[in-house]
Amino acid sequence: MIHGPPRGANSAPSQRPLADTRAPDEGDGVDTSPDISDSIAKTTCYMCACRCGIDVHIKDGKVRYINGNKDHPVNRGVICGKGSSGIMQHYSPARLKKPLLRTGPRGSGEFREIEWEEAFSIATERLSAVRRTDPRKLAFFTGRDQSQSLTGWWASQFGTPNFAAHGGFCSVNMAAGGLYTIGGSFWEFGEPDWDNTKYFMLFGVAEDHDSNPIKIGLGKLKARGAKVVSINPCRTGYNAIADDWIGIRPGTDGLFVFALIHELLKAGRVDLDYLLRYTNAHMLVIQEPDAADDGLFVRDADGNPLAWDRVAKTSVKAIDPEAKPALTGSFEVAGRRCTPVFQLIADRYLDENYAPDSVAERCGIPAGTIRGIAAELAHVAFEQTIELPVAWTDWAGRQHETIKGRPVSMHAMRGISAHSNGFHTCRAIHLLQVLLGTVDVPGGFRFKPPYPRSAPPGPKPAGKTTKAMTPLDGMALGFVCGPDDLLVDEAGTPVRIDKAYSWEAPLAAHGLMHTVIRNAWAGDPYKIDTLMMYMSNMAWNSSMNTVETIRMLTDHDEAGNYKIPFIIYSDAYYSETVPFADLVLPDTTYLERHDCISLLDRPISDADGPGDAIRHPVVEPDRDVRPFQSVLIELGARLGLPGFVKDDGSAKYADYADYIVNHERTPGIGPLAGWRGKDGASFGKGEANPDQLQRYIDNGGFWHHDFADDRRYYKMANRAYLDFAEQMGFIPKAEPIVFQLYSEPMQRFRLAARGHGSVLPPEGERQRIETYMDPLPFWYTPFEEAAVDLEKYPLHALTQRPMHMYHSWGSQNAWLRQITSQNRLFVHYRTAAGLNLVDDDWVWIESINGRVKGQIKLVDGVNESTVWTWNAIGKRRGSWGLKDDAAESNRGFLLNHVIGDQTSADAQGKRYSNSDPVTGQAAWFDLRVRIVKCRAEEAGFTEPQFERFHQPPHFEPSPDRLTFGAEFRRAREAAE
Amino acid sequence: MHPAFSVVFFTTATGAGYGLLALLGMLGGFHIIPADFWLGLVGLGLALGLIAAGLLSSTGHLGRPERAWRAFSQWRSSWLSREGVASVITFIPAGLFGIGWVFFGRTGGWVGIAGLLAAIGAVVTVCTTGMIYASLKPIAQWHSRFTLPGYLIFSAMTGSVLLNALCQGFAVGSKMLVAACMLLTLLGWGWKLATWRYNDQLEIPSNANTATGLAGGTVRSLEWPHTEENYLLKEMGFRIARKHSVRLRQIAQVLAFVLPILLLAVTFAPPWPYAAVPSALAAIVQFAGMLVERWLFFAEAKHTVTLYYGR
Amino acid sequence: MTCLPTHTDKKLGLVIDLDTCVGCQACVTACKEWNTGGHMAPLTDIDPYGGHVDGVWFNRVHSYEHTTEMGGRTVNFPRSCLHCETPACVTVCPTGASYKRASDGIVLIDEDKCIGCKLCSWACPYGAREFDTDVGVMKKCTLCVDRIYNDNLAEEDRVPACVAACPTSARHFGDLGDPQSAVSQLVAERGGVDLMPEMGYHPTNKYLPPRAHTQRAASVPAKALEPIRAEGGFLGWVDRMLSN
Repeated sequence: MIHGPPRGANSAPSQRPLADTRAPDEGDGVDTSPDISDSIAKTTCYMCACRCGIDVHIKDGKVRYINGNKDHPVNRGVICGKGSSGIMQHYSPARLKKPLLRTGPRGSGEFREIEWEEAFSIATERLSAVRRTDPRKLAFFTGRDQSQSLTGWWASQFGTPNFAAHGGFCSVNMAAGGLYTIGGSFWEFGEPDWDNTKYFMLFGVAEDHDSNPIKIGLGKLKARGAKVVSINPCRTGYNAIADDWIGIRPGTDGLFVFALIHELLKAGRVDLDYLLRYTNAHMLVIQEPDAADDGLFVRDADGNPLAWDRVAKTSVKAIDPEAKPALTGSFEVAGRRCTPVFQLIADRYLDENYAPDSVAERCGIPAGTIRGIAAELAHVAFEQTIELPVAWTDWAGRQHETIKGRPVSMHAMRGISAHSNGFHTCRAIHLLQVLLGTVDVPGGFRFKPPYPRSAPPGPKPAGKTTKAMTPLDGMALGFVCGPDDLLVDEAGTPVRIDKAYSWEAPLAAHGLMHTVIRNAWAGDPYKIDTLMMYMSNMAWNSSMNTVETIRMLTDHDEAGNYKIPFIIYSDAYYSETVPFADLVLPDTTYLERHDCISLLDRPISDADGPGDAIRHPVVEPDRDVRPFQSVLIELGARLGLPGFVKDDGSAKYADYADYIVNHERTPGIGPLAGWRGKDGASFGKGEANPDQLQRYIDNGGFWHHDFADDRRYYKMANRAYLDFAEQMGFIPKAEPIVFQLYSEPMQRFRLAARGHGSVLPPEGERQRIETYMDPLPFWYTPFEEAAVDLEKYPLHALTQRPMHMYHSWGSQNAWLRQITSQNRLFVHYRTAAGLNLVDDDWVWIESINGRVKGQIKLVDGVNESTVWTWNAIGKRRGSWGLKDDAAESNRGFLLNHVIGDQTSADAQGKRYSNSDPVTGQAAWFDLRVRIVKCRAEEAGFTEPQFERFHQPPHFEPSPDRLTFGAEFRRAREAAE
Repeated sequence: MHPAFSVVFFTTATGAGYGLLALLGMLGGFHIIPADFWLGLVGLGLALGLIAAGLLSSTGHLGRPERAWRAFSQWRSSWLSREGVASVITFIPAGLFGIGWVFFGRTGGWVGIAGLLAAIGAVVTVCTTGMIYASLKPIAQWHSRFTLPGYLIFSAMTGSVLLNALCQGFAVGSKMLVAACMLLTLLGWGWKLATWRYNDQLEIPSNANTATGLAGGTVRSLEWPHTEENYLLKEMGFRIARKHSVRLRQIAQVLAFVLPILLLAVTFAPPWPYAAVPSALAAIVQFAGMLVERWLFFAEAKHTVTLYYGR
Repeated sequence: MTCLPTHTDKKLGLVIDLDTCVGCQACVTACKEWNTGGHMAPLTDIDPYGGHVDGVWFNRVHSYEHTTEMGGRTVNFPRSCLHCETPACVTVCPTGASYKRASDGIVLIDEDKCIGCKLCSWACPYGAREFDTDVGVMKKCTLCVDRIYNDNLAEEDRVPACVAACPTSARHFGDLGDPQSAVSQLVAERGGVDLMPEMGYHPTNKYLPPRAHTQRAASVPAKALEPIRAEGGFLGWVDRMLSN
């Protein structure tokens, strides 16, 4: 029998080992106890962004088997389809072998191998020149990078503001929408209270973010019989097991949420007490349309926002715990006409435009269904409240005997994010959560430390001015609070190559990686010298408008030089982007390197405590490759970047592992929070500990601090938690975090659009700023839908990665590609019938941006006005070690070909990036298409087709047969 | 089911071979046909040759043919094992019968007994072959009362037509034999038509609902677990278009039944050696027809695993 | 010996919850990964990077649309060997390679005896057996016989790889011959079913059907929301609430 409580997620009585695990005496000669491994290395998975703990079983120097780490807070012993296929990723034939220097034209794939020394010299010489003249001319953009605290800091030390990772085309709407509203966000930064929630709403999730925790959580809900409602045009995956599937029309989630809010307000089913305690609902907003401070909070001399005390009939500090603030009405304070935020909310959402009957048709959801869901939300939130018998103290010192909760929880992701109205939709969902009083309460949505932070958190983006040989005065990415914080010059021209933090994308907290290639090509706002990228397939599935992107990467100026002069790219695999690089720095696989999954970036915390983790090499590389982070650190030293060299000019860090242990961002705070101090006795803050990595390895590759019960909820106002957060450096001061239902920073942009303040938008941007920087969430038609002829393009088109490939760095994986190597376009039966299409037909999918050909599959579980496909299955011939006849490049297709990277021209003829106007989030899901049956001779193969890439030197053809594992058996049998 | 040539040829050839062997053993043993040297040599040679060729061909279907000997061990449960055992055992009396007939020129006495035993062995072997298919529940077209008699009838039919061709060739033919061949061919035709009719109206109790345990309504395959065809689909997911099926049934009937009957009818009229020509043609055409019939036997059989794939 | 045991001491098998499976393929690749180095190693992949890729897998996940008068529903459906009580795949085997263990009921293949005649795969209604053309023998799910009794694994890990991996806890393992076992009780409670019972193979593995819309544990007894009709409507209500 097993001693101690069962560990891990799958430990129900029906999932445990047999009571007696001794092998029965069957006499059939089966070896029931083969030796599995010589050693088990506990590290962190990197098959996607989920950061699960894995046990890597090593046998005879090879990876025998990978399973989930039962103690790990992210995956609790389970492992997803990708995680188990890590072996095939690790041993992929597409792995790069040596640094490469381009010899043929860009995009041909003709390279020669060079030594690392030569690679470093080329990069150092080039970047030194850039740094000596204009550091902005280095644009450094990384992909699904988990080392952004290093890469961002490197860029800052280099002195270029042109840094970001892939958040701009991934989910910045969710990050910004959350951080500007509740100081935390969906994504990996929060989670439903899976153990207590009774009603779970899942919006627009493309089956990931984050992968295993959501699955574990759904399993818990199913086991408990809690209700799961999914709002998603596609009935796949998580939505398949929802109790109610609401097949909403894409881009209308905001309207749907407002209709719920409308119903709840109308019926008086909102948590007023919660609003008063934790939000700015009672703060007074100036209502003087022509004033320079219209729409800002009324503040006292010290800058504290005020509220109206309905008992004392006077204004009071809004934060005053003794106040009895009014939520409605109109007041005059210090001679200013003002009204509480809540009154504005009521005025807006009680409007009949947001009534279920008004939105039903647009959303494709019957009004009765909307009313039913509103009633269920209200019932669970207010009639099924829960109370945990745990005493806690709030920030003001008020004692609470129990922790009260309203067990309604929500989660949202890509489907909300990837629209041009995604920021406001995300805010709408947070508004709904807050009105119901369900944020960071038992049964609700919970923050994972280091969140919550103030809404928005500091610091602001650096790089307004740059100087040769000079680091930025901060990190390139941050949070703006008004026009003064924008990165624009006096004429309003963007400072950054991606135009982040400009009038075109003011709250671009993650940058706009998807605009870099176009802007660099066009020299808009200026020309650059070197584009350095890491781990992002920008010449294929990570770009909108792939065909045009490829053209821009290879385009020449009149002098015959490439318009983007130099491209450095680092990747572990021969992806579709490698052939477009001039210099290729081959990276290792995730089993061959160090990494840290840091509290400074995207840690492994759960709602019950902070945590971080490492990767460490569990097998030696068999090729001449180096981990990109170590390469970056060496490059930093060779360039003499401050922070990367000692006073004598020698390298400060030997490699990434050395950096992880010894780097301090602020005194006592480094990449890893666990086992700090010389003896490893402290956590959070403390001196560097030379033994730190070993302590992580000994603990299973991660560190996690479990909160005492009284710190687990109401973190925005929980004194014990806030003190802890201050001590850890999560927040500057232990002050309550106030949810910003009304966003004052956004109103500041509006005021600028009206001509107030010192930093004003160019004339042509004013209307756009006025409209979209609305301080309260609102709904508008996604841009492409508003621009195209809907008769001509009657369908929405979406993409999502299948769960077994999400974020999984290409589908060349020998096992995973067997599951899906051709993607179909899924079309509703009735839609197909209307177009005279039948199952398996080949169709042209046509948008205003172009057309692509694929094969259809008829389904019932999709919104009728929507077609969709699995993303990034289509591959270009010659990449990823795939053979020429692979389905991926013959029958699979990439919807990206028909997604525009720019909006249609507006009245002034201006085209913006195809992005959310607030955050710059790429609006992948705004796409409108029509589908047309192709001619008989066109059926059976996809188009457009691209020229086959040459293979790098010493690339063997991929094997015709794979017998992975046979060697372990041979060794076993030989030993017998 | 995938109509692998090795198996199609195997069942057709051994069917004819065992049919011929059984008839030679029985008719020879009871002196109904003369102990003609050439008839014995060529007839038994052809019978045993067809059997041996069929068995050899069947090993082409094996992944590890060198281990084929292991197949004799499980006769208590496995029809395939029983077939192996029966086929090998049958070689013993068949061999003795051949030696007696060819070398000693006699078919009576111990030779006759060996002939009868060979005939019994041949019938048993054909039964076991039939049962291999008839016992497979997942394939409703095979798991029917038509399968075993079908194998026996077709064995007798092809064996008799072969025997007639030989007898005619060696000038020992008889009108009785020709008539018997025609009757057996008619019976075969009728049986095949009845089998097809049965299969076409077959209501298979298994469907996508029972296969998935999802009760009521319709269950439709949305996505396979793999994009490309795997072993299951290659081996058991074979599909034949309705129009091809109809055409091939016509071809099978013309070759296996209609032409042989006409040719056999022609055999009645002319004397030796002219009657030998249509007799031989009848045998050849019928064998070709039976290959088509057997191909269809596999191709039209639907395995329940296809339910999981929506095929 | 391909005669079936008249009795097995245990009936080890899996219970798969179709109400919870999201079709993530975790069990599929965990199975592949364990078993390609396990008892039946390797699980060969032919043309792994080409257009006709075809590998041996012991566990596959289909997806279906199940449409009834209650509406449509997407069902993800894992399919693997059901370790039947009366499996014809065993009895048809001519060599004794295919057998059912008398101790625990696991259906296994002794590769050294397999001649690759494929008849067992014809006899299996469920498509549980896959032929390894490279090795020339049939392969199938072993119920991780080299895990569940493995002294070299921590005791808590002695469950099939698919069960250990499943992120939604949709897979369960145990002795279905013991009515008191947790899996048997789960089957009883949730109305677990046999696949193709009409075949008469008596599968050991059971499937828990998706909860029907009408019998959801998850229905919320909410009354329709009523707009506030009292004086001042919603805003009046707010004022009254705050004054209390």
